[in-house]
Amino acid sequence: MNALISTALAGVVMMFAGLFIRNKQHIKFVAIAALLIVSVANLAELSTIEGGSRTVLGMVTVSHFSILFNAIAFGATLIYFLLSGSAFEKVGEHVADYFALVFFILSGITLASSFSNLLMLFLAIEIISIPQYILAGSNKRTPKSSEASLKYFLMGSFSTGILLMGITLIYGAAGTFNIEELGLGNGDINPLALCGIILLAFALSFKVSAAPFHFWTPDVYDGSPTVFTSFMATVVKAGSFIAFIRIFHGAFTGTNISAHWQLLLSLVTAATLLIGNFTAVFQQSVKRMLAYSSIAQAGFMLFAVISMNKYATQGIILYAAAYSVATIGVFAVTMKLKDYTFDGFNGLARTQPVLAVTTAIFVCSLAGIPLTAGFFAKYFVLTAAVQQGNLLWLVVLAVLCAAISAYYYFRVIIAMYFKQGEPATKEEITGGFKVMLVITAAIVILLGVFPGLLLNLI
Amino acid sequence: MPVQYYIFLSIVLFCIGVMGVLMRRNAIIIFMCVELMLNAVNLLMVAFSKMWADAGRVDAAGAQIFVFFIMVVAAAEVAVGLAIIVMVYRKSQSVDINIMNRLKN
Repeated sequence: MNALISTALAGVVMMFAGLFIRNKQHIKFVAIAALLIVSVANLAELSTIEGGSRTVLGMVTVSHFSILFNAIAFGATLIYFLLSGSAFEKVGEHVADYFALVFFILSGITLASSFSNLLMLFLAIEIISIPQYILAGSNKRTPKSSEASLKYFLMGSFSTGILLMGITLIYGAAGTFNIEELGLGNGDINPLALCGIILLAFALSFKVSAAPFHFWTPDVYDGSPTVFTSFMATVVKAGSFIAFIRIFHGAFTGTNISAHWQLLLSLVTAATLLIGNFTAVFQQSVKRMLAYSSIAQAGFMLFAVISMNKYATQGIILYAAAYSVATIGVFAVTMKLKDYTFDGFNGLARTQPVLAVTTAIFVCSLAGIPLTAGFFAKYFVLTAAVQQGNLLWLVVLAVLCAAISAYYYFRVIIAMYFKQGEPATKEEITGGFKVMLVITAAIVILLGVFPGLLLNLI
Repeated sequence: MPVQYYIFLSIVLFCIGVMGVLMRRNAIIIFMCVELMLNAVNLLMVAFSKMWADAGRVDAAGAQIFVFFIMVVAAAEVAVGLAIIVMVYRKSQSVDINIMNRLKN
């Protein structure tokens, strides 16, 4: 609850900060301070929880898991602010409002990690989505940004309609919105409930950009200002996944019903892995490659949704952290370059060795190379699927797709280290930025060597 | 009236909305179709609320409260969405979504 209230308050504070603070750089510092306060408030709640979880008014359940996930989301956002916060100033005039919108998205994410009622699920998804429509269109100078915003808005509100229809049908079958009392699938399957679950699965696949509902993703991620793409593709996507997992693992676990949606979602996973990876191979722009790579990574995260066991919960926590931190890092480096194509990275190792080394670490983590966080993240979600049984074909497919993904991730490394070129940067790379990059890369390696640091906290 | 009538009416309205979103090219009309989908949901929600109230559930009014939440969120979406549509119209003098194919190049 602390996290929910404090993020919403921080959003309001940021809106007022825009009125009173003229200096754009100071606004960034206010945002970082607010985020630190929010993180402390979130962790302070840990000691007040007795017996694993606490339910507030039957709407929100705060547990160790939700607090840990909130902490990861806030930590990733903190890294994001420190690495890319100065890029907010270049998007447009209303810097404080962008920070406020980011805080509102964070409050939606905290709600997504702790809802215990379908009403709160709906509100969480909407609070996450609506600020994103604005952020996507925040660069008013290019028509691409406003078109991305319109496209995202139309697709997003369409999927909201589908989500609501799913919730309504489930209510018609169960007579309650409380996800612990739904009790679906223990007896005969109610056709209304089955339709509702399928619609919910479709709507949430839209939100996490799983194929075949991914078609908006590349255009929106490409058109939006890069600094906001970086946030939308990482923290927000992880937040949507938590909502996905909590509703499906919390409410639809009855043995009769889970087989149905598991089959459906395993087909979605297979399609997401194939489409994401194969399309990413053919991209020339790193920004667009990262958009497709986010679809491919969503395929791996879907494994945690399909398999219902301890490894899945641990896997999604680790995956959320590893993927968010590494992608934020790659985006932060990409933003500093003038040219977003692979050729723009040519020869970066010679002119900016620190940037090149850290980017190489981030990219290795995304590809799942051992000793980086991405390896254990992939290991845990795939172990979860193996433990689940009858999903072995999907695991084999995932491993093959991970091999394909190495091709397009390593193209960045090859461009940086083995090609000649003069990469042009937009601005002078400051020492502080380099230090932050090194710290971020250290986090990626630390999680890759000692994943228990995070997992023992659940 | 049995609840089945409401279910069929809502599903027909919802499908009209879905078809409109998929087939129309004008952003405003797509937006109206989304609103139609949401209102179909509202109608169904109220019908189910009555159904469960008749079946003796004391908390059935919760679904009617849900309808108010949907209305409020839909209003928030209208506020953001119309602003976005106006912004696109100013740029391209059109609300036809075919112009968005420009993004692909």
